[in-house]
Amino acid sequence: MTAPVDDTNTLAVRWRRLRALMKKEWLQILRDPSALIVALVLPLFLLFVFGYGVSLDASSVRLGLAIESPTSETSWFQASLENTPFFRIKTARNRAALDDEMMTGHLDGIVVLAGDFSQKLARGETAPVQIITDGSDPNTAGLVSGYVQGAWQSWLAQRALSSGAVMALPIRIEAQVWFNPELKSRRFLVPGSIALIQMLIGTLLTALVVAREWERGTIESLLATPTGVAEFLISKLVPNFMLGMAAMAVSVTAAVFLFDIPLRGSLLALVALTAAFQACALSVGLLASTVSHSQFVATQIAMFASFLPGFFLSGFIFDLSGTPLAIRLLSYIIPARHYVQGLQTIFLAGDVPGLLLRCMAALMGLACVLLVVVVRNTRTRLD
Amino acid sequence: MKEALVTLHGVTKRFTPQGAPAIAALTASISAGQVTGLVGTDGAGKTTLMRLMAGLLAPSDGRIEVLGLDSLKDNAALHRRVGYMPQRFGLYEELTVQENLDLHADLRNVTGAERKASFQRLLEFTGLAPFTRRYAGRLSGGMKQKLGLACALLSSPRLMLLDEPSVGVDPISRRELWRMVYELTARGVGVVWSTSYLDEAEKCAEVIVLNAGQALYQGDPRVMSRDMAGRVFLLSDIAGDRRSVLADVLQRADIEDGVIQGAQLRLVTKAGAVAMDAGSLNAGASATLAATEPRFEDAFVARLGGIPKSRPVFETRMAEKQAPGDALESDSDSDSDSETYSREVAVVADGLTKRFGDFTAADHISFSIKRGEIFGLLGPNGAGKSTIFKMLCGLLRATSGKATVDGVDLFRSPSKARSHLGYMAQKFSLYGDLSVLQNLEFFSGVYGLRGERRQAAVRRAIEAFNFAPHLDVNAGDLPLGYKQRLSLACAIMHQPAVLFLDEPTSGVDPITRREFWGYINAMVRGGVTVMVTTHFMDEAEYCDRLALIYGGKTITTGTPDELKASVQRPDEGVPTLEEAFIRLIETHDLDQEAA
Repeated sequence: MTAPVDDTNTLAVRWRRLRALMKKEWLQILRDPSALIVALVLPLFLLFVFGYGVSLDASSVRLGLAIESPTSETSWFQASLENTPFFRIKTARNRAALDDEMMTGHLDGIVVLAGDFSQKLARGETAPVQIITDGSDPNTAGLVSGYVQGAWQSWLAQRALSSGAVMALPIRIEAQVWFNPELKSRRFLVPGSIALIQMLIGTLLTALVVAREWERGTIESLLATPTGVAEFLISKLVPNFMLGMAAMAVSVTAAVFLFDIPLRGSLLALVALTAAFQACALSVGLLASTVSHSQFVATQIAMFASFLPGFFLSGFIFDLSGTPLAIRLLSYIIPARHYVQGLQTIFLAGDVPGLLLRCMAALMGLACVLLVVVVRNTRTRLD
Repeated sequence: MKEALVTLHGVTKRFTPQGAPAIAALTASISAGQVTGLVGTDGAGKTTLMRLMAGLLAPSDGRIEVLGLDSLKDNAALHRRVGYMPQRFGLYEELTVQENLDLHADLRNVTGAERKASFQRLLEFTGLAPFTRRYAGRLSGGMKQKLGLACALLSSPRLMLLDEPSVGVDPISRRELWRMVYELTARGVGVVWSTSYLDEAEKCAEVIVLNAGQALYQGDPRVMSRDMAGRVFLLSDIAGDRRSVLADVLQRADIEDGVIQGAQLRLVTKAGAVAMDAGSLNAGASATLAATEPRFEDAFVARLGGIPKSRPVFETRMAEKQAPGDALESDSDSDSDSETYSREVAVVADGLTKRFGDFTAADHISFSIKRGEIFGLLGPNGAGKSTIFKMLCGLLRATSGKATVDGVDLFRSPSKARSHLGYMAQKFSLYGDLSVLQNLEFFSGVYGLRGERRQAAVRRAIEAFNFAPHLDVNAGDLPLGYKQRLSLACAIMHQPAVLFLDEPTSGVDPITRREFWGYINAMVRGGVTVMVTTHFMDEAEYCDRLALIYGGKTITTGTPDELKASVQRPDEGVPTLEEAFIRLIETHDLDQEAA
């Protein structure tokens, strides 16, 4: 009965243990739908929300047009506004008639053409056009005034052309937008949201599987075997790393074919960057589940640790260049910040070696730090 | 002297620096080739000690030597040599039986011919061979346990640590497990078996009795029981209500312990007490008192100092209490025309059937419980006890059949029926973050009591259960015995005529259990009807009648004594209730096969 115990702990023995643990992990993944749902269905769902539900473009600005004394000139300008795809125009004889709707938010802005509009125009004086926008929503306000100014400029040019006179403009502004010529927010929102989704999935996957071992008490029988910390962690990281990459494949496919996001960089750069980021996300999940041994709490921690900083400090939606220095410095330790930057570059600009290498280095550095913390906090005992 | 496999040298384990230690300066040893029982109540430190020996916890002080290895320094080598089965078996539920075995074989580096032989031997040993492809999550409790044991035995350890292997396992699976463990010890393996079931202690060669982290006793359990010889008596042929007799007897200064055992009372006298006379116990002229074989539990309770003498205030309160159901009389008048209503019968189950898909969990269950009776539902795991219980509490709707509680049809007017019953769940289901008082007030509100009546109900509960010193303590911080008391107090806030108890005292020490049943007995004397499910055969002894449920059917009903007598063989004494339980089920299985 009592055979001599083989105390060898050779590489072959460790490899056998690791293989057995990984096989177990895969069987659990395949048989328990929750991991597969997190990896394959969640990214699609979130991508739909971000891709279709969130847009920072003003595609139809509701504009009030107050024409104090209608002339042929004012109706010409009105027609030129109506002919752009950006505006839905509501006209009135004076501004007061439009104020209420502006207050209630039914209008995004008001353009006032003063009573002496035609006279001043005829005399060649400065533009008698007033633009009122809603400063409580600076993003839209900026868009509205930009669009209206653009429309005004082009109308003036048109008018000058038709009257045969050459309009003397001291400076001609010619804006040229690179990388996203149509300035479609979806083009940068989708790569950004892929970064967020990857962060969420990576942390959720590992947080769930480790906490589950504690919750179901299987950790106890596992710790009572000769399994070491390295084997345990690798057996959790490798299968979930592969799941995370599968999630990435789903997201990228959807982005390119469903949302028409150009993928200008190489797949190699994409995979390398994602792999480095995945290591960070999985480590955060592992940490969450060493802090709490309940799946529910670990999930909450994973969400807070991944989603919130990912949302606010990654530059995904809120530009970081205008934030205070302290916040900007803080953002550098957020893996999502580097990944967002890298992904947006790969998708919209292509392989920019300098920038991508910097992102890769940052992500790999963060991953190393996180992994060290994880290894140090993973216990081989129950206390 | 047998070879010592484990030696503990002054081991202390603290989880918080200032709190009481879970294990306090314990010195002990575990021998090879026998079962050592680790006996104690919940919170006594059993699991902590197990984990310390398995090298899963580091001692705060002292040293543990396992198979000549230091539990801290030689952790990995220790894990290779010791088999450990945690309380919840540690199985992966998504993996099949074979996959679980494969995993553990790989983790313990059991390979080649040895692996094949081990699998074959263990599958045969545990009887799991026909189920290798079944998912572990779909095994019954008993089978999970056997698989857990098999996984821990894969590397042929010399020391097996089994942490509460018999929790939640019915008597039949329990007996199987003991058979397997004895086979191991015969081959020289040392087994440590931790348990809160005191009857299991008698099956061990040696025991370590733990209480609050300290060893109350170490050695042969029979010696501990033998010390009680001449102090344990059975009082039979009691005239009148045995519960009242017990309540009075327990007040005597020379009585250490007393419990109901079927129609009899089991009494333990204090050490050195003069011989008692049956006539002095107010049990009627025909009552007889006879010395009986002491049990481990008698010795255990005696060692803990016997049961407290203070008679619960509760009893006097209960005596004053109005007739059952009076509190709700005003709104229950309309029930009196109900056809099944009777002053005599409190609960009626009539052909209760519950199907889940094509599985019949309860199959035409019929019984009736008289007013003031304690009725027990017994049965192995998965027999359908909880299904029946839930239907009678109005928590589950029957597929067919009828049930009335206190004369109210459960399925026609469930909420009204529920106002006539109190329900105490198996797990502590009060709000841990609310104080005792807040819990009482909350539950009185939930039961629809308002204003003056609500105040009165809360006052009554405080007085009856002696909560006054603890009103501001959060329920979650109460000691287990108080939690139980509070659960009971909340369940009977509305003075229900019928009380349902679901495994009310599992994991509770015998003293607390006696105290709890003291309250229940007092309520029953006041006319309340009680239905209880239990795994504890001791608890079943408190019942007036039992129904044995198996495979969704009632296979027999009767008093505890009737059940025991029905399986008694001519050449033996009265079997224990546990023995009766096992034999009745085995007989039923044989009949089924024959049919």
